[in-house]
Amino acid sequence: MLEITNTRMNHLIDPSLHIWGWEIPVYLFAGGMVAGMMLILGFFFFKGREKEVDCVCTNLPLLSIIILSLGMFALFLDLEYKLHVFRFYTTFIITSPMSWGSWILILVYPVLAVSLLLRLPKFVSKLIPKLEQYSNKLKSNRKLVKSVGILNMVLGASLGIYTGVLLSTFQARPLWNSPILALLFLVSGLSVSAAFVHMIAKSVYERELLAKADNAFLVTELFVIFLFIIGMVTSTKIHQDAIALFLGGQYTAVFWIFVVLMGIIIPLIIQSLAISHKIKHTPLAPIFVIIGGLILRFVIVSAGQYSSWY
Amino acid sequence: MARYGMAIDTTKCVGCMDCVVACKTENNVPEGLNRDWIQTIVNGEFPNLTMEIRSERCNHCTNAPCVNCCPTGASHYDGGGIVLVHHDLCTGCKACIASCPYDARFINPEGYADKCTFCVHRVEEGKDPACISVCPTYCMTFGDLDDPNSEISKLVKSRNNHTVLPEAGTSPNIYYLIGGNNA
Amino acid sequence: MNSISRRRFLKIGAATAGVAATAGALSKFTQQAVKISSSVPEKGVYTIPTYCDLCFWKCNAIATVKDGKLWKIEGNPIDPMSKGRLCPRGTGGIGSYYDPDRLRKPLMRKNNRGQEEWVEVTWDEAFTFIADKMNKIKSEYGPEAVALFSHGIGGNFFKHLMKAYGTPNLAAPSFAQCRGPRDAGFRLTFGEDVGSPERTDIENSKFLVLIGSHLGENMHNTQVQEFATAIERGTKLLVVDPRHSVAASKADWWFPIKPGTDIALILAWINVIVNEELYDKVYIDKYAIGLDKLKKTVSNNTPEWAYPITGIKAELIRETAREMARYKPATLIHPGRHVTWYGDDSQRSRAIAILNALMGSWGRKGGFFSPVSMDIASYPYPEFPHSEKGKVDNPDKKYPFAHETITTGIREATISGKPYPVKGWFVYATNLIFTLPNEDETIKAIQNLDLMVVVETQPSEITGWADVVLPEATYLERYDDINVEFFKEPFISIRQPVLEPAFETKPGWWMAKKLSEKLGLEKYFPWNNIEEYLDTRLKNSGYSLEQLKKAGLIKGDKQPIYFEEGVTPEFPTPSGKIELYSEQLAAYGLDPVPRYRKHEEPPPGYYRLLFGRSPVHSFGRTQSNPILFDMMKENEVWINKFIADKLELKSGDYVILVNQDGVRSNKVKVKATERIRQDCVYIVHGFGHTSKGFVRSRGLGASDNQLVTKYKIDPIMGGTAQHLNFVTIERAA
Ligand SMILES: Nc1nc2c(c(=O)[nH]1)N[C@H]1C(S)=C(S)[C@@H](COP(=O)(O)OP(=O)(O)OC[C@H]3O[C@@H](n4cnc5c(=O)[nH]c(N)nc54)[C@H](O)[C@@H]3O)O[C@H]1N2
Ligand SMILES: Nc1nc2c(c(=O)[nH]1)N[C@H]1C(S)=C(S)[C@@H](COP(=O)(O)OP(=O)(O)OC[C@H]3O[C@@H](n4cnc5c(=O)[nH]c(N)nc54)[C@H](O)[C@@H]3O)O[C@H]1N2
Ligand code: SF4
Ligand code: SF4
Ligand code: SF4
Ligand code: SF4
Ligand code: SF4
Ligand SMILES: [Mo]
Repeated sequence: MLEITNTRMNHLIDPSLHIWGWEIPVYLFAGGMVAGMMLILGFFFFKGREKEVDCVCTNLPLLSIIILSLGMFALFLDLEYKLHVFRFYTTFIITSPMSWGSWILILVYPVLAVSLLLRLPKFVSKLIPKLEQYSNKLKSNRKLVKSVGILNMVLGASLGIYTGVLLSTFQARPLWNSPILALLFLVSGLSVSAAFVHMIAKSVYERELLAKADNAFLVTELFVIFLFIIGMVTSTKIHQDAIALFLGGQYTAVFWIFVVLMGIIIPLIIQSLAISHKIKHTPLAPIFVIIGGLILRFVIVSAGQYSSWY
Repeated sequence: MARYGMAIDTTKCVGCMDCVVACKTENNVPEGLNRDWIQTIVNGEFPNLTMEIRSERCNHCTNAPCVNCCPTGASHYDGGGIVLVHHDLCTGCKACIASCPYDARFINPEGYADKCTFCVHRVEEGKDPACISVCPTYCMTFGDLDDPNSEISKLVKSRNNHTVLPEAGTSPNIYYLIGGNNA
Repeated sequence: MNSISRRRFLKIGAATAGVAATAGALSKFTQQAVKISSSVPEKGVYTIPTYCDLCFWKCNAIATVKDGKLWKIEGNPIDPMSKGRLCPRGTGGIGSYYDPDRLRKPLMRKNNRGQEEWVEVTWDEAFTFIADKMNKIKSEYGPEAVALFSHGIGGNFFKHLMKAYGTPNLAAPSFAQCRGPRDAGFRLTFGEDVGSPERTDIENSKFLVLIGSHLGENMHNTQVQEFATAIERGTKLLVVDPRHSVAASKADWWFPIKPGTDIALILAWINVIVNEELYDKVYIDKYAIGLDKLKKTVSNNTPEWAYPITGIKAELIRETAREMARYKPATLIHPGRHVTWYGDDSQRSRAIAILNALMGSWGRKGGFFSPVSMDIASYPYPEFPHSEKGKVDNPDKKYPFAHETITTGIREATISGKPYPVKGWFVYATNLIFTLPNEDETIKAIQNLDLMVVVETQPSEITGWADVVLPEATYLERYDDINVEFFKEPFISIRQPVLEPAFETKPGWWMAKKLSEKLGLEKYFPWNNIEEYLDTRLKNSGYSLEQLKKAGLIKGDKQPIYFEEGVTPEFPTPSGKIELYSEQLAAYGLDPVPRYRKHEEPPPGYYRLLFGRSPVHSFGRTQSNPILFDMMKENEVWINKFIADKLELKSGDYVILVNQDGVRSNKVKVKATERIRQDCVYIVHGFGHTSKGFVRSRGLGASDNQLVTKYKIDPIMGGTAQHLNFVTIERAA
């Protein structure tokens, strides 16, 4: 028998850490989604296939800017000392993923802005007709478009990985303490953004292309989750105890029902059936994927704070 | 370079929380928050019990994840390895709080990350930290672990001791002295 | 047990400390403008020495004011008692100044007693009302019909006022509800009592026995400091306690004794020691009488006899008796302090005294030192009026060895009107509702009164029953009488204001003096103010107020404190010797040598209710101190883990304790633990406040005293035993 008592009762720290509420999961979700979008977008830019996937290439840059800004706003809301937000940009701390993150985020904006210029949405060019000229000028430079594609992919991957690394470097929270978390968040970002595109895309080709891609991402994600769990289970006692939160512990139901079943397996089935034209395309599947992705961030952030060395 | 630390004799500590109260008044720590606390670990079954009482606080780790993860440089190593927070650099992002395996930090209602400072303001005046200066059992010793002649170094050398969660890899600088000699 | 459940444990442990309060409340209060004593500059850091009043130990302290705000209070390094370190309560002392629930203005009752509805009045209105009533009582019943309950040095001026008024009925709960049986037991044995601070030389002891005394939780500062020193020096420690106390966790032997059977254990030790002739022969031959009779009386009390009674194995009893004797005379069997447990407490204390005598520890280094003090002149007052009737509390010397006034005796007389009626109560700094056993009797007595005055700093439960409540300034805002200490070194110390009284509060001396004027007793208060009173006493003793104010304390010359240092062994008993066998007791038909008598045991499903102290609170007086409130907001009921499992309770659950008379406690958190026996439960005294005035602490935790409806009276000295109540445990709705 071991009885441990602790007189500390610090606000937001005890009985278990809960310093991060909804803002951080939303921020991580937004970051992951934008990362996925940039990867997809960048891929098509790089391949020069912008025209094939018009929806992707015209909508994603602006959407990314909006979603990323919302995410960063959530992050801002989480800061306890909001007036000092500029302090992120008066230094660069090499050991701090959060520092990299803040700089990556800053770099992402210009790239997205250029991407936006490359495939101007109609209402934008109507709003500021002058942009059309710039856009046309840039578009004609194939090399530039290709580079923008590469930049999108590099930054997208960085952003996606960063959202996972941010958590996984917290040694103190065993559940987060897995390098696979970065991969998981990256793949989940991809699956969410692919789902999002095939939900809004009008062209059947584009829709099916991305639905197929999404299925691939979802299968990968399942595999990564498997890796994540195996990694934990075969690690130290502390990590085993942490993953037990998903294997019978208090997060088991949310994780397996909302993240795995409804967020991956069910949409995977629906989407496969839709691709093989057994059923009609339905926005239900991508909505499930998106919600599943969001819940994944919530579950990981919350359970991670719950897990500890004690 | 000095490396400041504490040696706390668990055989003498009675868990009275005087150290916690003293920290509160000395440092005006807001209600509902504590820079130090008492952890009690009871082992065994009635009537064969052992109990360790520990007065805990930030370990001023030599390999402090809270410093590493801080995006603004607010968390830093100060003189003598004391880990401190520059209030004017801190954004209150709470990364450092999440990174500390001891849960030693918290957010001060004014917005910045707060924790034990080893009472640098007193140490600079040549005084012991407040918690140590009140302890009615004289169970705590503050000093320079790098100085082999300091009282703390001698205690750590001569007495059986352990740190908390050394396996977290933080190289904590608070040593808990336990029964028996190390001779 | 795996880590997940370990973590859960941790949570529960942390959760028991209570809900996190809104941060910043204290700092906000500290930011309020405070009136600084005129002697303190508005800027910079300033220190003023005084002595602590968070309990009755009177440690010397130094308060620091920074930029006009009270910052902290620390021990005075030259103090032989605190050695520069206060206990957690003393360190949190500034919270009594910042207590948001403090009384602010004189109050008079609006409706019925106990309803806590008030009219704010001026000091003059309050005094006029009180004086009229007191005069009326005096003319109808005589001055003896007014009684004073007072605890602590602050009450000195009220005691003086009451003596001037003509009543001998002045009582403190520290006698009949606390150390009275111990003092009686030691007086009967050595002719002297243990005193307060206790004359125990813990730091030099080589073998220390604690019977109940839960040092480390009981934070009487000097004792705890000496206790730690003893541990460091490797003193052998034996702790007898049904609960694995903090002290028990440090012990070489922990005897988890069956509650109420300590006398059997002590007698068995005595049996071994006399039979094996392990006692200090020279000492006993020279100083004691009655060894043969003692030996004869305890002849059956073998360890084998004691085992089934106490649950302590005979072998262990024998082994520890021998060990004890090995270290004599530096073997200290601590006499305890709060000893009103089972009704035969004077006899248990006598057994302890006898055991100490056998070890030769009385008067010896590592045992009991002989306290020394300074000669300080008392104020040259006129003589007090003589009381014809005598004291009311102990008619016909029912309790023959009560050498102080019995609070509960006064209460009894107030209810019955015998031996004569009591019509007025003055209550200074004692929360009788939480302090005297059986609350109903206290209330019944109060309902018989024509006048009930309470002098308090806080809206404690007893204030709710008052006709007039007089708000006193806290110890940080007033002068009190000089403390002339009896300790290892002689010294005197002063309590002086650090800040000016907040709100409309006033110091006790001022109230007593003003009242004396209204009562026509001004000749007993010939001084104009307290400085004059203090200075007169000090000047007449060769010191000055200025000198004492500056240093906080003045020490006298070192003097011998052990027999081996030259103290003359004196035993002011009738025989002039240590009385192992007490003719005095025999003369009253009481056991001349302590005997074990069985106490009632809890019926099935019931557990004996035990209680004690938390290091961060004093009784029921600190729960609203914002700093100490922050340390511990509510108490928990300790339940043995096995029993808790059986009742399907886990740590953190709330339960209600229901005693044998059907009294139900407030809801209280469970601490399911291996650290207590299965036949008893334990809570910290002082929680479960009910007064409306306690905004935050009200309704948190359970009150032990509410459940102490049953009590037994010690036939030797009239103490009220409180460990006789049994409770069942119900899950709170
Ligand atoms: N922090 C703090 N310290 C205080 C005080 C305070 O309010 N707060 N009050 C002071 C005062 S006035 C006093 S009198 C003292 C009281 O302090 P003590 O004299 O130490 O108190 P007790 O009530 O005798 O002891 C309580 C202990 O006795 C154990 N016990 C209960 N029943 C039995 C039994 O039958 N046999 C044995 N052997 N042990 C038993 C309990 O488990 C508990 O550990 O504390 C003083 N110190
Ligand atoms: N059930 C139960 N009963 C007990 C005990 C127990 O453990 N359990 N312990 C017993 C013991 S050991 C003792 S010593 C007694 C103690 O009994 P009390 O002396 O009654 O103890 P407190 O509860 O501290 O009550 C003191 C009151 O004085 C007030 N006060 C504090 N400071 C000042 C001041 O400066 N001026 C004025 N005017 N008032 C002030 C406080 O607000 C508080 O209400 O209780 C005894 N009764
Ligand atoms: S003040 Fe000293 S004895 Fe008390 S809990 Fe703190 S370290 Fe332990
Ligand atoms: S104990 Fe925590 S806060 Fe202190 S230095 Fe180590 S990691 Fe940082
Ligand atoms: S809360 Fe402040 S100190 Fe902590 S990591 Fe963020 S910026 Fe650094
Ligand atoms: S060293 Fe100072 S800041 Fe740290 S716990 Fe002790 S009193 Fe508090
Ligand atoms: S023992 Fe503690 S509360 Fe009592 S006088 Fe000393 S410091 Fe104050
Ligand atoms: Mo007491």
